[in-house]
Amino acid sequence: MILIPCPHCGPRNSSEFAYVGERRPRPDPNATTPAEWRAYLYEKRNPAGLAVERHTVTNEVRRAEPAGGNP
Amino acid sequence: MSAATAAGTSMRLGPQPGEVLDRSAPLEFTWNGRPRTGLAGDTIVSALAASGERVFSRSFKYHRPRGVLSASFLDPGCTVQVGDEPNVRGAHRRLEAGIAVSSQNTWPSLRFDVKAANQVVGRFLTAGFYYKTFIKPQRLWPSYQKVLARFATGGRVGRDAPHGYYDKRYAHADVIVAGGGPAGMAAAVAAAEAGARVILVEEEYELGGHLRWGGAGELAALAALREAVAGQPGIEVLVDAAVTGRYDDNWVAILERSVPGVEERLVKARTAALVAAPGLVERPYVFAGNDLPGVMLGTAARRLVNLYAVRPGHRAVVFTANAEGDAAAADLDRVGVEVARVVDARAGETVRRAAGGRGLGAVVLGDGTRVDCDLLVTSTGWTAPTSLLNMAGDRPVYAPEAARFVPGDGVHGSVLAAGGLAGDGTLDELLEHARAVGAAAAVARAGQGPGQGAAVPRLPVRPHPALFRSTTHGMVDFSEDVSSKDVVAAAREGYDSSELVKRFTTATMGPSQGKLETVNTVAVLAEAVGSTIAELGTTVWRPPYVPISLGALAGRVFEPVRYSPMQPWHEAHGARPLVAGQWIRPDSYGDPAAEVRNVRANVGLIDVTPLGKLDLRGPDVPKLLNLLYVNKWSKLDVGSVRYGVMCAEDGVVMDDGVTGHLDDDRYLMTTTSSGAATVWELVENWLQTEHPDWRVHVTPVTTAYASINVAGPKSRELLGRVAEGVDLSPEAFPYMRVRLSTVGPTASCGASASPGS
Repeated sequence: MILIPCPHCGPRNSSEFAYVGERRPRPDPNATTPAEWRAYLYEKRNPAGLAVERHTVTNEVRRAEPAGGNP
Repeated sequence: MSAATAAGTSMRLGPQPGEVLDRSAPLEFTWNGRPRTGLAGDTIVSALAASGERVFSRSFKYHRPRGVLSASFLDPGCTVQVGDEPNVRGAHRRLEAGIAVSSQNTWPSLRFDVKAANQVVGRFLTAGFYYKTFIKPQRLWPSYQKVLARFATGGRVGRDAPHGYYDKRYAHADVIVAGGGPAGMAAAVAAAEAGARVILVEEEYELGGHLRWGGAGELAALAALREAVAGQPGIEVLVDAAVTGRYDDNWVAILERSVPGVEERLVKARTAALVAAPGLVERPYVFAGNDLPGVMLGTAARRLVNLYAVRPGHRAVVFTANAEGDAAAADLDRVGVEVARVVDARAGETVRRAAGGRGLGAVVLGDGTRVDCDLLVTSTGWTAPTSLLNMAGDRPVYAPEAARFVPGDGVHGSVLAAGGLAGDGTLDELLEHARAVGAAAAVARAGQGPGQGAAVPRLPVRPHPALFRSTTHGMVDFSEDVSSKDVVAAAREGYDSSELVKRFTTATMGPSQGKLETVNTVAVLAEAVGSTIAELGTTVWRPPYVPISLGALAGRVFEPVRYSPMQPWHEAHGARPLVAGQWIRPDSYGDPAAEVRNVRANVGLIDVTPLGKLDLRGPDVPKLLNLLYVNKWSKLDVGSVRYGVMCAEDGVVMDDGVTGHLDDDRYLMTTTSSGAATVWELVENWLQTEHPDWRVHVTPVTTAYASINVAGPKSRELLGRVAEGVDLSPEAFPYMRVRLSTVGPTASCGASASPGS
């Protein structure tokens, strides 16, 4: 099991993180079109290479650090 | 003349200097139903060998009689059934009083095995036989399966066998040392001296490795090392345990077999540095009859004599290529076994074949000389069990001058090798190297990074004759009954790489998992295809290093049962329990219809403690509620309650419930019982990733507060009797309102009125 460096509490087991999904910009729900929202929900980029994913820390540590700022 | 041993003759020697026996504690047990006696400290097989037995099982495919080969955990011929437990490693498992031991894979008896007829038809059972034969017609597959299953190896699991109890443990170490021989002990002590927290893991029941079956010098060195280990409080010693695997970032699995009250315990450990010090495994020699009971390895003979005071035979031939074989010959001579001949491989002498029926009767040497004997000891080389290094990404390289594999250069600073695995030397040289390895491992702990510590010089390897197979064909894999002939045949059919031959012949796939047979397999294959061991390489060693039961992997069942604080009252009033997920809640109290009527006419209570509850605090809670629920929440006054539906981002309803505004920045959200954890995770996810700037703190309080649903026309009257200081009149406490009050001496209470109140 790999270790993931947590910015708040140092190296932690990967099992302490919850995978949320590919990190993508979330359109403003009040201004978006249905097509844009559908693309946001279902059209994953799934690149063959480096991908930025969202992982939240379960239970103990309740903060997440954006990788290079929130999109 | 036949020197065959009659079963029943005592083969127990007088006291030996390094013996692990308690001669004052005889243990009674049974072997295939007949009473036997051993001593405390004996393994099952050493006790049986002491009582004159030399056949302990029948082989997997040809049902050939098998005896001691390595006298260790790996010994393929020593697998027995103990009571309800099949596949017990009899040369490892300690004898206990009263156990019923029986042989496996025999029918109707060990002595007369019908299935040994397979030997006669052996030419039909060559490699790939099952793949090729039982294919057509497909409709007969179930019949094939039934017949073949009767011939398959393995013991019996009783239908009434008690359910085993298994456990798991998590450990955090600076240094884990895999192997408690001299090098492992020295490395552990050096690491502990440098301030590291060390776990020292030994497969056998006590520390010491090969020093345990050595002479006076080895025993003195062993005593000093044991004292040094005991003097380090920073070393935790696990015996009868093994490091079974090394995974990413030094996540290390350790199997403990001797934890009291537990069948097996799996330790999941994270360590800064792992030191692999498994020692070397002695390699069998391939020749006709090499699996006859009475043919054993030098280490096996020395273990029997020195640890268990068992005479391995009466008249011996010793085939030696190294110091281990020389020492075995000396040990046998010392305890009065007639050493008829020492065959020295270094002088070009060799063994051509062994002859016998149920056991060894004679050996034919390379020059054609026939020597009658009941014991043939071979010490022809070593196999380096490089498993843990493999798992760390290393590819071992073949050192032809030493005739064994040695670690490659792929191991980084957090995984190190010590002892015989790393190279050769005198005991002092190996100990000095191991101490340097231990100190380097402790540096890895200190976070100075791989390779930053004092550089550990590589151990040299000493020349050793390259001995794999004689001029005859014999067993390569004793566990799977694969002979060198099968490997040659596989090569002829085009299976010319070690990975292909492994899969086609199943060599190295049996219970010994390649530790005894892998190098011989590759050597025979190299000879057959005109290649070299170095070119072919070994198959990759994967976890687990030793077998792990499925129970140990599953561990303990961690499924909590949750009760509300009112559970004792429910039980006292005859509640029928209702299982709701992890929760037990009352269904009814005997007459559900009467209970319903009472709710309609008077008042009724339901224990709804399992309902999910989240305590929300902070000025930005209304923003969060707006986000979570589909309806508007900005204008919810203090003292008000609202019902809401939660949807996921794709619009699918995921939960619902009411949320009340208790105080200025304080809200209480309820969720469904089953959705409590999901909603909490959803809230955390929003707050952690999308809105970390919002000032909201969430605390799950499902189990912190009991919940009671009060229903019926007399609800207000009932609440009025118990809630203090609250005006519960319909004017002051209308529909969808919430009040904080006190019930009884201490409990606080939130009350909300629902429709119909």
